[in-house]
Amino acid sequence: MFKRSDQDSRRSVHIVVDGAAVEAREGDTVSAALLASGRDVRRATAVSGAPRLPYCMMGVCFDCLVTIDGVGNRQGCLVPIAEGMQVEIQKGKREIGR
Amino acid sequence: MNATSKRDSYDVVVIGAGPAGLAAAATAAEAGLSTLLLDENAGPGGQVWRAITSTPVTERDRLGADYWAGADHVQAMRSSGAEIIERATVWSLDRHLEVGVSVGGVSFFVKARRVILATGALERPFPIPGWTLPGVMTAGAAQTMLKSSGLVPDGHTVIAGQGPLLWLLAAQILRLGGRIDRILDTTERRNYLAALPHAFAFITSPYFRKGLALMKEVRAKVPVVTGVRELAAAGDGQLATVTYVSGGRRETIPAELLLLHQGVVPNVNLALAAGVTHAWNERQLCFQPVLDEDFGSSVPGIAVAGDGAGIAGGTAAAERGRIAAMAAVRALKPDARLPDPQSVRQRLQREERGRAFLDWFNRPTDSFRQPEGETLVCRCEEVTAKQVRDTAAMGILLIIHLAVVAGLFITLPYGKFAHVIYRYAALVRYAIEQRRVESS
Repeated sequence: MFKRSDQDSRRSVHIVVDGAAVEAREGDTVSAALLASGRDVRRATAVSGAPRLPYCMMGVCFDCLVTIDGVGNRQGCLVPIAEGMQVEIQKGKREIGR
Repeated sequence: MNATSKRDSYDVVVIGAGPAGLAAAATAAEAGLSTLLLDENAGPGGQVWRAITSTPVTERDRLGADYWAGADHVQAMRSSGAEIIERATVWSLDRHLEVGVSVGGVSFFVKARRVILATGALERPFPIPGWTLPGVMTAGAAQTMLKSSGLVPDGHTVIAGQGPLLWLLAAQILRLGGRIDRILDTTERRNYLAALPHAFAFITSPYFRKGLALMKEVRAKVPVVTGVRELAAAGDGQLATVTYVSGGRRETIPAELLLLHQGVVPNVNLALAAGVTHAWNERQLCFQPVLDEDFGSSVPGIAVAGDGAGIAGGTAAAERGRIAAMAAVRALKPDARLPDPQSVRQRLQREERGRAFLDWFNRPTDSFRQPEGETLVCRCEEVTAKQVRDTAAMGILLIIHLAVVAGLFITLPYGKFAHVIYRYAALVRYAIEQRRVESS
């Protein structure tokens, strides 16, 4: 869906998505890193379980909700990645206690 | 990253570090007022100048001169002495000018003598059938990824809608080697007529030459279909095709990515929460705050600058931010040195010139703003257009019902017994429905 411009010379950063290592670039948000990864990163909505991907990328639509380092319902488009960050694709509602 | 602010009260708190917020914070701090600038993102710039201090796109002509103008504004803010907190979410603002802020899981309050809201704009929703499918995004989303991460579309990509941002985005994608299969222009023919009386102001405005050059650049590389009237996205759990109607012909094309855009509207959430009076703008088809000439709102001490005050673009936003901050300085520190107000207002006027033409020309079509049937209108609650309309109809039925009952009560002494029959029937029907729900 997206590719990286050849102008991009930022340092590589590795995050973990559902247990698998994913390479991203320093300064990417979680959502940008997921969309650039080429993996199936569709979440499932809380109401009907419909598959979704980020829509606005600027903190308005909440379609980028994702579990980051064990905390659910984070807006992936507003959170910059960090080395070793644990990301889980959220299926349905946020679970109690995370 | 600062977890909390250095002080618990400030002369001026500015919310949003886009063009308006940066200019407002710099102006207030340069005049010697204690100034706090709060922003939700990881770096300053807002949407127009997103990632201005960190973008991986290094060849400057790829993003255009208007983008790089943001670097000077960030520099001016940084050397002004204003304090900035990034990744800060403002979750409350009240009439006492107390601002609730959350940063990295920690919440705190700051008190302000003046608040300048510079929350900018957000994209007008474009609720077509299938707009919630993965692979359908806003044009602004694609531009955000392009600016902040150097990401460009590389599969079958369709851009649909209307407005200046659509053409700028298309040009930027092409310059960075991205792919666009087709542009579907939804501008209504009657908009040409509506905009015509404002054509002279537009032709002599800075928008005209820039806009024309962008469209020429894009049209040389991408097929553009004009007069698109119907638009739908389809696919099984993922966007696969886009169907559109133009000139009476229906066509379906493969698409992996559909970027939608029909202009932007003021982001009024925080201003509304603070109790600021708003009014409907029929030309721009959106709500906007009611403001005085210094962008002061109905709530004493709260000003709204930038596109949050009504859409006028990034350069105008910066001038508006400056004017709002100058009013705060005049009120709090009358002897402080300020830029010449006359020249600031002149620059703003020049930027606002040509806006009427753009607004009328790019005015979205009713059918693209007011969806029908099974199209989702609320992405989070997953409520369809039909459900919303049915709920509205239920209200009317209830009013008719109550009016008839009241009529019976008033006109016939025993007429109310007629009501009992209907009430009984309703109860029986409710019981049957309940049983059905339980058994299924």
